[in-house]
Amino acid sequence: MTAPALAFEDVAVRFGTREVLRGVSLELAGGEVLGLAGPNGAGKTTLFRAATRVVRLDRGAVRIAGTPVRTLPRRELARRVAVVPQDVAVPFPFRAGEVVLMGRAPHRTGLGFETPADVERVRACLALVGIESLADRSMLELSGGERQLVLMARALAQDPEVLLLDEPTAHLDLRHRAVVLERVGEFARAGGAALVVSHDLTLAARSCSRLALLADGVLAACGAPAEVLRPELLARVFGVEAEVFDAPDGAPLVVPRRAMQVPGT
Amino acid sequence: MKVLTARAAALRLALLGALLLASLALGLAAGPSALAPGNALRELFTRGDSGVAADIALRVRLPRVVLAAAVGAALAVAGALFQALLRNPLADPYVLGVSGGAAVGGIVALSLGSALGWGAAAVTPAAFAGALATTAALYAVAAVRGRVSATHLLLTGVVFNAFASAGIVFVASLAGLTEGTSLFLWLIGSLSAVRADAAPIVGAFLALGLGCALPLLRDLDLLSLGEESAAQLGVDVARVQRVLLLSTSLMVGAAVSVAGLIGFVGLIVPHLLRLRLGPDHRLLVPASALAGAAFLVLCDTAARTVLGGRELPVGAITALAGGPLFLYLLRRQQLHSGAP
Repeated sequence: MTAPALAFEDVAVRFGTREVLRGVSLELAGGEVLGLAGPNGAGKTTLFRAATRVVRLDRGAVRIAGTPVRTLPRRELARRVAVVPQDVAVPFPFRAGEVVLMGRAPHRTGLGFETPADVERVRACLALVGIESLADRSMLELSGGERQLVLMARALAQDPEVLLLDEPTAHLDLRHRAVVLERVGEFARAGGAALVVSHDLTLAARSCSRLALLADGVLAACGAPAEVLRPELLARVFGVEAEVFDAPDGAPLVVPRRAMQVPGT
Repeated sequence: MKVLTARAAALRLALLGALLLASLALGLAAGPSALAPGNALRELFTRGDSGVAADIALRVRLPRVVLAAAVGAALAVAGALFQALLRNPLADPYVLGVSGGAAVGGIVALSLGSALGWGAAAVTPAAFAGALATTAALYAVAAVRGRVSATHLLLTGVVFNAFASAGIVFVASLAGLTEGTSLFLWLIGSLSAVRADAAPIVGAFLALGLGCALPLLRDLDLLSLGEESAAQLGVDVARVQRVLLLSTSLMVGAAVSVAGLIGFVGLIVPHLLRLRLGPDHRLLVPASALAGAAFLVLCDTAARTVLGGRELPVGAITALAGGPLFLYLLRRQQLHSGAP
């Protein structure tokens, strides 16, 4: 039996006295796209930071194909796990192509001037998300959506086994949402594991084989989209009255109606 | 897609090296007993014996020109490194108050040194300690997740500089160093009082500082996108910050201990280079060393010659150029980010 591509085992993270994650266990197999949703502050981004060793675990472990990330050298970890953050603030006029080239840095050492093969890979990744024309534009001039596509291309250029995407479509128009989710799907079909944070439950249900709901630092549900997207569960996790319809093709369609009264406010 | 290759970087550095050589020749040649720059260079390499003018160029001007180059390189590289570390193009050892902290360390050593019988050799290490303490304090006070906003940078810089000026005057008064012009020269920055015996220790500090920084230049590119992003691309962020804290303090300590508070070199030089060469630190940092050296040699040559017989402090020239540029950059940053 092979180890899961990415496994969180009873992961707890504490900032000061506040427990942000309180024992999360979750496994992703290679070839799988798992959607992660939950209210703001539920600990979704912290889960990413735990997987990339940016935060220290209070207890538990994160494993990449069986190996605890705590034992992996940083550079090797960066070759195996790539993150697409929501956005970056770039203080210097790096060109989009240069930022995508930075995705090759974990594969180089020292001053790391890139090889022609690296440059080819970067060109291919720019083309994959449809932004070849942005390659020589300064990051300072790009819109939020364009920057997000650059970060997606950078993560693909890392050639990772595991892709962690933090609301990768938040700033994108409809077409580019589809483009990014298609690339995530291709990445998984090629054997990779992808964990996608999304606030758009309908979109997540369409593009993910499973959905996980995180609330207040614990996993509230995990399973097939149709099992997870139930009104009573959404009410409990998000505090919202929502209706769930079946789209003509059978996929769930979530329509929030109104915020519920939170006790004590 | 435009890509920076090692070859292209080397070519640009060679051009800047030629610029540095030309500025050295000009610096050696210019002065009351003038020489053609070409002849000055020839003297430098052949050590021929061809008259008084050549002798002056080699014995009197050479130590000063070489120290100007070293100080300029140190300040420009420190500026480029601070900007990358703090992710703010407004950072500069002088603006941040790190130079001021180094000056306090230097002047303490100078004052105690004359009382305790230490040589001038203690001044550079003490200035390094002052720079290190100030940079550490800056990190502790102003940096939020490794980034310093323009507001915090300006506020801490103002306070650190005021504190440093007061410290310099206080220590100097206690030690009776207020006589003459030496205190004034520490505060404004000048190369007129350089001691030739300072060259080895300054050179060693500069070489060590540069040597620590050079292997980390690609990491600085990755750090430009933020600490978390850099860590996720394989950078050991804490280690890079520690090493560069040491590296910048070595260079600022060396520069300040011989030349006092020369401002804005670390702001002007990386800014102009970034416009021409782009922000890639693998090129920007070594280019800053060469261009910073050339820049300060030229500024110092101007300081020695524009007023005829009298000399201007070179710090006055760099500050006159750097102040307006700083305001321009601040304005542009506000426009870009919408917030301080």
